[in-house]
Amino acid sequence: MMQTQSMDVSQKASEMTPFQAALGDKAGAHSTDHEAMMRARQVSVFYGAKQALFDVNLDMPAKAVTALIGPSGCGKSTFLRCLNRMNDTIDGARVTGNITIEGDDIYSPAVDPVQLRARVGMVFQKPNPFPKTIFENVAYGPRIHGLAKSKTDLEEIVVNSLQKAGLFNEVKDRLHEAGTGLSGGQQQRLCIARAIAVSPEVILMDEPCSALDPIATAKIEELMDELRQNYCIVIVTHSMQQAARVSQRTAFFHLGILVEEGETSVIFTNPKDNRTQDYITGRFG
Amino acid sequence: MTDTTVAAPEKIHDWASPTSTARVRRRYAADRRLQIYGIAAITAAILVLATLVGSLVLSGYSAFVTSKATVEFYLDPNLIDKDDINNANYRKIVGDSFAKLFPEVTVPRQKTELQKILSTEVRFTLRDYVVANPDKIGQTVRLTVPLSDPFDQLYKGVIPARLNALSSQEAARFENRLKNRGLVEMVDGRTMAKINVYIDPAKVSADDIAAGNFQAILLEGIDALFPGQRVAGIYAMFDDSAAEVIKQRVIANPTLIGSTIEGLSVPVSPAYDTLNKGEIPKIPNPRVGGENEIAWFERLQNLNVLSSPFSTELFTNADSRFPEQAGLWGAIVGSFYALLICFLISFPTGISAAVYLEEFAPKNRWTDLIEVNINNLAAVPSIVFGLLGLAVFLNFFGLPRSAPLVGGMVLSLLTLPTIIIATRAALKAVPPSIRQAALGIGASKHQVVMHHVLPLAMPGILTGTIIGMAQALGETAPLLLIGMNAFITSAPDGFLQAATALPTQIYSWSDSPERGFVARTSAAILVLLGFLVIMNGIAIFLRQRFERKW
Repeated sequence: MMQTQSMDVSQKASEMTPFQAALGDKAGAHSTDHEAMMRARQVSVFYGAKQALFDVNLDMPAKAVTALIGPSGCGKSTFLRCLNRMNDTIDGARVTGNITIEGDDIYSPAVDPVQLRARVGMVFQKPNPFPKTIFENVAYGPRIHGLAKSKTDLEEIVVNSLQKAGLFNEVKDRLHEAGTGLSGGQQQRLCIARAIAVSPEVILMDEPCSALDPIATAKIEELMDELRQNYCIVIVTHSMQQAARVSQRTAFFHLGILVEEGETSVIFTNPKDNRTQDYITGRFG
Repeated sequence: MTDTTVAAPEKIHDWASPTSTARVRRRYAADRRLQIYGIAAITAAILVLATLVGSLVLSGYSAFVTSKATVEFYLDPNLIDKDDINNANYRKIVGDSFAKLFPEVTVPRQKTELQKILSTEVRFTLRDYVVANPDKIGQTVRLTVPLSDPFDQLYKGVIPARLNALSSQEAARFENRLKNRGLVEMVDGRTMAKINVYIDPAKVSADDIAAGNFQAILLEGIDALFPGQRVAGIYAMFDDSAAEVIKQRVIANPTLIGSTIEGLSVPVSPAYDTLNKGEIPKIPNPRVGGENEIAWFERLQNLNVLSSPFSTELFTNADSRFPEQAGLWGAIVGSFYALLICFLISFPTGISAAVYLEEFAPKNRWTDLIEVNINNLAAVPSIVFGLLGLAVFLNFFGLPRSAPLVGGMVLSLLTLPTIIIATRAALKAVPPSIRQAALGIGASKHQVVMHHVLPLAMPGILTGTIIGMAQALGETAPLLLIGMNAFITSAPDGFLQAATALPTQIYSWSDSPERGFVARTSAAILVLLGFLVIMNGIAIFLRQRFERKW
């Protein structure tokens, strides 16, 4: 996987795309026969009068990584933010259509967005640990949701989450030092640990590696691969190699429309739509 | 990159041409000019500040020391009733004990004058001493007690013991009008002036020459000497005995009545006599008293009983009519209470308002209007808030005048916009990523604000608050309107007692005529500036210590 990253960009225009190469042995290895964890039906998003997303229908299966790709401004981040109702925090944003998590409508009045965000965790583009200790960063979520009965419980959750995020060995001696003192990649894994500490069912990642160097990126990608054993992961990425490497399903957005979605191996090797073909071969975007 | 051929770009600009180099030169010159303007502005600001502080220190340093005399007081058991120590005649004890230093002073009136050297406060100091040490009654105790204001100023060298008796105009008039006209002569070591006097028969009758009004005759003669100059100074030029000289002359030769004596030598007053002998005539400084007082003071200096230790009174006493006793303690306590009230009102209110506006309020016309109004509120002149306090807090709600409670309430009106604006800026400075992170793991809006945003904004909020408080500490006008410039001789015990504040104390002292208050005023300004510097220092420290780079 490491080698594929150093692939020469000048091959962009060649028939055999690096993304197809990146798929490697993974192509077709995973079928998505899992039950869809999240379903989006006819989702449209408006920012004021401007429509940003048009009737998107997408299933995001459990125990799999779904990658959302597309050029800048195509609505993939907007779609991602619908999934945990982060768009609610933006003035003038309006979401129509229907999104369910395990069959529950997340926009129904019965659903509290605050609790939903515990079920649907999120990792952001720029690592954003709280300016607190590493321990406090991870413990914050369980604490506000009352997930730990005792101090030992809480410690267990923190250690567990850090282990799952592959960070524990690196930070076990300095759990009570500032989380902001870690390197960028470590900070991002800390954010992942913080997200999984509240036992979410879905983890949304909004370009989680765009601020990281290749080695840190590789670590996060490995981590994603492990995490998908237990979580439904939805990732927005600008790197098509990354989408090819980590995801099982890929959805291609263009100008607010979901152009094409399907198994990653299919999208990258045999896209049905010309726009998808053009995008993944680097003709635009 | 996909282009087939790239033509070499045409050379459109010659970077070495004279116009081009001239432009570069002009640009650098403009840079340098901008720097020079900045340095000039900073230099000017520093100069002004240094002048201000320098002049304050120069005029105020003397107030930080008090001139004191160490005197032995005999606590006469006949004068102090052991069962009623408070009401003994300490005035007499002080007077008697002090007079022992001047055994030659026996006249009662002079003894009273003598007492004026010590501060009137001394008897109370002594009373408090005796109340605290009743076992000392019957003994002699050495106490160091303050001098009264004129002698305090004299000892510090602020005022001279003697003044010039004649102004420069008076000296010049003597020189021009008398000496240069050759009218001055020395007779038996006494300076005399020649004067023409008309012995008016209407003023002197030959029957009873001694009863004649020779004073009026003399004045007419003086008027004739200085035509058109009817100023008091010309009459003071001649000695009181001048009229007597005329009288003796007329008694000796009664035929002079009705005629003019020309060139009559009459004595000039002692000051002009001294001036004519080539010395500068001096008189005792009327602030100090007469020659006696000066002699007594010199005696004290020779006895080595005078000292000028650091004036703790300046910080421990409340206001007083006597500058040597007046201190800032009452004002400091009053300011403290007022600021405490101000803080208690404006800090929670300001933060709540700012948090609501910044984090919760929808952005619409109403919140825009509120924001504009808050910003305008910060620009309202403070006296307007004072009037508001007077009209609302005092007249409508009937709160007590001069109370730190009302002062604090008025000041909080002033501080509130500052705190709101500073808090909003501090909240804005917390990056949205922190809010998103907290929201992303399911924190509610309230938790986001209370757990993350507010703690991160706190250093900025505190900085703004301290600066607002410092501004409130220096605010005078609103306090004047609610009566916090009252003359109050004790520190307030509570929020409802009449009190002064530091700036109003400065205002009242600057208005006082006693010489000692000039230094006191400067010293009070320095103390106020000291508090402001400390508060701003804390603000800077907080900012440096807790500032976070994102």
